[in-house]
Amino acid sequence: MELKVLGQDTPAAPSPGGGCASSGCGGNSDHLAHLPEAIREKVHNHPCYSEEAHHHYARMHVAVAPACNIQCHYCNRKYDCANESRPGVVSELLTPDQAVTKVMAVAASIPQMTVLGIAGPGDPLANPERTLSTFRQLSEKAPDIKLCVSTNGLALPALVDELCQHNIDHVTITINCVDPEVGAQIYPWVFWNNRRIRGVEGAKILIEQQQKGLEMLVERGVLVKVNSVMIPGVNEEHLKEVSEVVKAKGAFLHNVMPLIAEAEHGTFYGIMGQRGPTHAELQALQDECAGDMNMMRHCRQCRADAVGLLGEDRGDEFTMDKIAEMEIDYGKAMETRKQVHEAIEADREAQRQRAGQCFVSLTELGGVARKETRPMLMAVATEGHGLINQHFGHAREFLIYEASATDVRFIGHRKVDLYCSGGDTCGDAETALQKTIRTLEGCEAVLCSKIGFEPWGMLEEAGIMPNGEHAMEPIEEAVAAVYREMAKDGRLDAQAPETLRMRA
Amino acid sequence: MAFKIIEGCVNCWACEPLCPSQAIYEAQPHFLTDARKCTECEGDFLHPQCATICPIEGVILDGVGLAVNPPGSLTGIPPERMAAAMAEIQAR
Repeated sequence: MELKVLGQDTPAAPSPGGGCASSGCGGNSDHLAHLPEAIREKVHNHPCYSEEAHHHYARMHVAVAPACNIQCHYCNRKYDCANESRPGVVSELLTPDQAVTKVMAVAASIPQMTVLGIAGPGDPLANPERTLSTFRQLSEKAPDIKLCVSTNGLALPALVDELCQHNIDHVTITINCVDPEVGAQIYPWVFWNNRRIRGVEGAKILIEQQQKGLEMLVERGVLVKVNSVMIPGVNEEHLKEVSEVVKAKGAFLHNVMPLIAEAEHGTFYGIMGQRGPTHAELQALQDECAGDMNMMRHCRQCRADAVGLLGEDRGDEFTMDKIAEMEIDYGKAMETRKQVHEAIEADREAQRQRAGQCFVSLTELGGVARKETRPMLMAVATEGHGLINQHFGHAREFLIYEASATDVRFIGHRKVDLYCSGGDTCGDAETALQKTIRTLEGCEAVLCSKIGFEPWGMLEEAGIMPNGEHAMEPIEEAVAAVYREMAKDGRLDAQAPETLRMRA
Repeated sequence: MAFKIIEGCVNCWACEPLCPSQAIYEAQPHFLTDARKCTECEGDFLHPQCATICPIEGVILDGVGLAVNPPGSLTGIPPERMAAAMAEIQAR
C-alpha cells in the first residue's frame, strides 16, 4: 500500500471555503469538498447535510404538521410519545405561532442553532397552511436561520412554487423505491384525489409525484437530499437503483438510514417481525451507493420535535410553558449568534490546519514500518465541537471512524441506549455496560476523555482498547495518532479476524 | 345519518380541512363531528372524506355505528397478530 504525502501527490489548492479537495485528505472529513462552491456555501453550517458541521452546529424541528397523506409500514400514527426517539414522534403539537415563538427562544438560548426544519410528525406538505405559515413568519423574523422541510413527496409538485417563495433552499424527500411493486410492500395506501388508493396503484402515484417533485426542485435551484429507509428483504438491493436515479435527477446527497422496527412501536414492520439491518449491512449498502453520489452517514433519525446538536435532544428545556417565561431580545440574540458562528468557523479552520499536519506526520510510518497495515474501526465519545471530550460512561452514542494508513473516514454512529427507553427489550441479565460493549462490536479501540476502572477491564477483555490519552483533542487527529501507535506496535500488521471485520 | 369520531382519534387534523360541510371541529380529548352538519359527503364525494384519510382504525363510525375502517384495514396488521404482540409485550 502506498502512503500518500498530502499536499504532494495531489495538487489540492486550498479552496476559498477552506479545506482540501483531495479525497484522501484528513481535512476533508466532510466528503462534500468536491461540490460546487455555491452548494458548499449553503451546507457548510448545516448539521444535517455536512458531517463536519454536525459536530458544531445545532438544529431544531418544530412539530406543526400532524396530518399525513400516506401510510408507511414503519410508522405508527399514534405519534405522541415522550419515551421514543424516532421520526414521526413528538411530545407536544404546536400551532404555527407557537412554533415561531419556540424557534426564537431556542435560537436565542442555543446560538449554535443554524437550521429549522419541519418534519412532521405527519407530512409537512399534507399540512400546507400550518407549514407555510410557520416558514412565512420565520423568514421575516429570523432571517439568519436556514429553513428546511422534509416530505414523502406526494404533495410536492403542487407546492413547489409556494415553498420557493418562502426562501426554503433545502428539501428532503424520503424515497424508498422507484418500483411500484417494491413500493406496495412499504406503503399500504396513499390518499390521492379524495380517494384512498391501495397497493401497487397507490405506490405508483407516490413514486411519480416524488420523482416529479425532485425534478421541479432541482430545476428551481433548491438543494435536495434523498432519505431512504433500508428494509432488509424488501428494498436493500433496489436502493442501489434508487441512488442512481436520484443522483441522475440532481439530488445532491443520499441518506440511507436503517429501518427502526420494534414490536412496542406498534408499526406494521415491528409487529410482523421485520428486522432492521445490522451495522455491517447498512455500511455495506452505504458504501455501494457512495460510488454514485454523496452518502450521508451521520443522520440520527431525529424526532419531529428534536432540539440541539444531532444526537442530543434538549426539547424538554423548551416546552411552551417554559418558553412563556423567557424574555427574548432577538436583535441581540442575532448579534450573539453571529459572534458564536464566527468563533466556530475559526475553530474549524484551526482544526483543519492541524488535521492536515497530522496526516503528513502519519506518513512517517513509512520510515518505521514499511509493512502494509490494515484498516481498523475506532469508536469515539464526543459531546460536540469535533473533540474527544466525553466520559465513556456518559456517552449515549459513539461515532465510528475507520482509520487506515492513508486516511481517517467517518463511518457512522451507534446509539447506546436504543430507540425506545420505555422498556427493556434486550433480554435478561445483560447490564448496561455489557450492552454498550456489544454495541461497539467490530471496533478495536474506543477514544474518550475518561473511563472508569470496571469498563476498562471489560473492554480490554472484549478486544477493544480503551484510550483516554487524547482528551480534548480533535477527533480525526486523535484517531490518526492512535492508529499510528498501534501500527508502530505491530498490532495492525495481520489481517483482522474475518468475523471482526464483517461485523463492523 | 352522520359519521362520528370516537375515542382513539389522535387529533392529527387530516380530516378537518377535507370535510365539505365543515362538520368536523377540534375538541378535547379528540375531534368531533357535528351530526347536524355531516352529510356523509353525499353529493360531494364518492367516499366520505374523513374516513378516507383517517389513519387510525376504528375511530370513525358510520351512520349505523359501524367502524368504517375496522382493525387491520389500514395498517395491514392482522388483528390476531396485533393482539398476540400486545400480550407478549405486556408479559415482559
